[in-house]
Amino acid sequence: MTGHEVEQEETVPITSNDDVVRARQTVRTYAQQCGLSLVDQTKLVTAASELARNTLVYGGGGRMRCAAVRRAGRVGVHAVFEDRGPGIPDLDLALTDGWTSGGGLGLGLSGARRLVDDFDLHSEPATGTRVSVTKWKR
Amino acid sequence: MSDRVPILRIGQVLLVSIQIDLEDQTVLDLQDDLAERIVATGAGGVVIDITALEIVDSFVGRMLANTAAISRMLDAETVVVGMRPAVAITLVELGLSLGGVRTALTLDKGLALLERDRTARTARP
Ligand SMILES: Nc1ncnc2c1ncn2[C@@H]1O[C@H](COP(=O)(O)OP(=O)(O)O)[C@@H](O)[C@H]1O
Ligand SMILES: [Mg+2]
Repeated sequence: MTGHEVEQEETVPITSNDDVVRARQTVRTYAQQCGLSLVDQTKLVTAASELARNTLVYGGGGRMRCAAVRRAGRVGVHAVFEDRGPGIPDLDLALTDGWTSGGGLGLGLSGARRLVDDFDLHSEPATGTRVSVTKWKR
Repeated sequence: MSDRVPILRIGQVLLVSIQIDLEDQTVLDLQDDLAERIVATGAGGVVIDITALEIVDSFVGRMLANTAAISRMLDAETVVVGMRPAVAITLVELGLSLGGVRTALTLDKGLALLERDRTARTARP
């Protein structure tokens, strides 16, 4: 999918509010170890927080895989959020700033996309939703 | 299950210092607790110190905006203090500029801002 080498990987289940906190902390640890700048760490952890919450709230729970990755001599942090929930019927709509089917601000998906370098959203009613993000060290 | 964030009262001001990575439920509880305490104490100001917060996502951002709006309706002003530069940069890129939320760089400046407000209000005829 992204064609990168995985150096180290960890899976965090996301089935409760404290798992969302744990997912954030895991991504922060990877971002620090990778040597991302403070601003980039903050952006990635914020994106992860939004996506982990979506996995829990809209996906009915799932998991996050976080990895230290390498591609073409660059290092980065890759995180994948997966659930087997209802899926997203209209991806363009879901990625519109301010659009929410719940009571949120509708900035989670669209904001997360802006905060990372690579963003990939895959969703189907039958299989659920998978969002992958990567932030590369500058 | 979720912990409550302590709310301190210093004179006319309620002070909340967020020290940990908060769960969503704790964030919601804080918003409700603050509204109750404003009314119970008649406080004129609220200071939310986020110096220790490494990130503010849309959930916490919404709580800050809601708290500012709720406190205003209850005749109190909210000031958010101690936002880290990386947090400000990230919030704007996320799409949340927190237009209705007053901010100050430090706790001292936040308290001074509320004090100026109070003097201005009492000076009104
Ligand atoms: N994992 C998911 N499964 C199903 N629907 C989702 C998922 N993530 C996001 N969505 C849908 O996309 C919408 C926009 O998400 P988001 O931008 O995070 O805003 P918010 O969380 O504030 O609603 C959600 O309201 C929801 O309808
Ligand atoms: Mg969301």
